Amino acid sequence: MSCEQRTEHLHAYVDGELDAAGTLQFERHLKGCEECGAALAAEQKLQKSLQSARLYENAPKGLRQRVVSSLPALPETEERKTREWRWVALAAACLVGAFLVWQLFSDLGGRSRQSGIAAAVVDAHLRSLQPGHQADVLSTDQHTVKPWFDGKLEIAPPVRDFSAAGFPLMGGRLDVIHGRTAAALVYGRRKHVVNVFVWKAGGEENMSGAGEQQGYHWIAWQKDGLNFVAVSDVSSEDLAALRELFTKD
Amino acid sequence: MPHFDAAFNLARWILRSRADAEDVTQEAMLRAYRFFGNFRAGDARAWLLQIVRNCCYTWLQKNRPTEDVSEINEDYLKDDRATPETLAIAAHEREQLAQALEKLPTAFREILVLRELEECSYKEIAAITAKPIGTVMSALARARQQLRNALTKPVVKETRLEL
Repeated sequence: MSCEQRTEHLHAYVDGELDAAGTLQFERHLKGCEECGAALAAEQKLQKSLQSARLYENAPKGLRQRVVSSLPALPETEERKTREWRWVALAAACLVGAFLVWQLFSDLGGRSRQSGIAAAVVDAHLRSLQPGHQADVLSTDQHTVKPWFDGKLEIAPPVRDFSAAGFPLMGGRLDVIHGRTAAALVYGRRKHVVNVFVWKAGGEENMSGAGEQQGYHWIAWQKDGLNFVAVSDVSSEDLAALRELFTKD
Repeated sequence: MPHFDAAFNLARWILRSRADAEDVTQEAMLRAYRFFGNFRAGDARAWLLQIVRNCCYTWLQKNRPTEDVSEINEDYLKDDRATPETLAIAAHEREQLAQALEKLPTAFREILVLRELEECSYKEIAAITAKPIGTVMSALARARQQLRNALTKPVVKETRLEL
């Protein structure tokens, strides 16, 4: 291989894109080749100049605000609404705290405590849909998921696989609903995800009934001193079926 | 709104104007927002920058039709090799670097901005610019060579920048 053919190796080396074998091979060649040594030094110098010259230009402050305030002006279809909420949720999750979410939810002023919890639960559901956030313990085996919660919560959530009824268990994780640590059990329903949040009953966070928030359905119930809320974009009938599975026996 | 600065920075360097970059960034964010449903798992920054880049090129076609935004071709990749020692400039000077960068063909400028300012991997650059990785690698080598050449030549004002 001539030095000329090495040009791209040299750039890949400068950019940290060579694999281990390529790096070794190139470094071995460098030892004996003055030309490549000089070329490497020149590339590194140029790269350092570019990276340290403060060429990166951040967006002007007002622009972000302008863009944010122009977003809700879009014509909305029901289907799009759901997708847009997901975008808002992503932005909020990635940005400093839940500023945007707070803004969006604060205009629900005067909402009842229950719908506040519903909002928190839907929020947690949306968060769980982001890549890598669905489950801390990924297993379809209830005997793997249940012990995982041991010692992490003051309660022992009932973990059961309902594959036979069309709700396969996919995993579990810890979540926080209104400042309370809750178990989140993740179930599949056809191609959809259902989160079942479980926390200790008796506080102010008791809730019951069913409803819809931002296009997501929720259904709540209590059993054995525990609060349950199931959230998903599946139909409310599907959620009611899941509640039956949890409450029967 | 994640990667907002990245979106603006890329638009600013492709368009060589902060004012135009503001308009195009706004347009691109709206588009990203609208099509977020098409985005599945993966690299959100690369996905967004791809949209920004497309918006920039569309905007250039419409508003500066005389500007050369041709894709990287064989002519660009022809060797204009200079010895590395010719880089005898005070390369730390921002103005000089910025001017040299702005004189590069758009296709080279964007690739350098993605690599050196945004610190994208080759794979991400390939995704954003819709080019094979091999082309990204050779274009990056050529882009750096041209930048070096531009830095060693006296700065000549280009008329097409005066639009």
